[in-house]
Amino acid sequence: MATPPPKFHPRMFFSARRYGHGGRLGIDYLAHGPDWCELVLPFSPDLIGDVGRGVLASGPVVALLDMATSVAVWLKRDAFVPHATLDLRVDYLRPAAPGRTVTGRGECYRLAKRVAFVRGIAHDGDPDDPIAHVAGTFMTTGTVDA
Amino acid sequence: MILPPYAKVLGVTIEAGEGAPLLSMPFGEDVLGRPGFVHGGALAGLLELAAIAALAVELEAAGREDVGYKPINVTVDFMRGGRDNMTFAQGRVVRLGSRIANVEAAAWQDARDRPVASARMNFLISGSASA
Repeated sequence: MATPPPKFHPRMFFSARRYGHGGRLGIDYLAHGPDWCELVLPFSPDLIGDVGRGVLASGPVVALLDMATSVAVWLKRDAFVPHATLDLRVDYLRPAAPGRTVTGRGECYRLAKRVAFVRGIAHDGDPDDPIAHVAGTFMTTGTVDA
Repeated sequence: MILPPYAKVLGVTIEAGEGAPLLSMPFGEDVLGRPGFVHGGALAGLLELAAIAALAVELEAAGREDVGYKPINVTVDFMRGGRDNMTFAQGRVVRLGSRIANVEAAAWQDARDRPVASARMNFLISGSASA
């Protein structure tokens, strides 16, 4: 019988994860529940995509939502099973206000054996007035024990 | 085309290509996802920059370099893990209208016909950059 996959602890995951692209962007843990996770992306002049308006580039928002939805899948699965992003669609509802921290909230709303379906939003202070909306899927990369 | 500060975070460089500009992103700590692989967010960022570069060149060729454009949405498909190699990306304007531009972009490493990821973006085009 195969060893069960390790449990997933988002707080520990992010405390040990000041590396890589997420670390470079300054993405950090905020909160989580049984099937959702909130991460924050602090504003930095480095991350500007529109110099004239001082607006955050869209790339870091995609990275934030990719990570928040990815964590939501591990939470819903209650296990750290390796997976890869299959696809993501992000709607840019409005630009983020310059200087604001952006919060990304990801939710896993359907977990199949190999494919996980996710959705979420990004906001810059008011969750009822989001800056972006995401929908996507993840696929397990290793073997899955049912 | 002048790349924004965010492109420097990704380490992206740009050169004139056949048609749209060719973008390159070296592998490294700043774009790392799971160990040994490029972060999906960095690939998405590279694809968006390639799409924007293609649109900017197309607008200039049409004598419309003064117009502004904003991304409406992006859809990214991830086909392979990006390994410890240079990642290339190039965009293509599928349709340039008066108000909307439909642009696609592809990213690859060892061979162009083995894409790592691809994206489609829709842009809203405004009357002028200052509008």
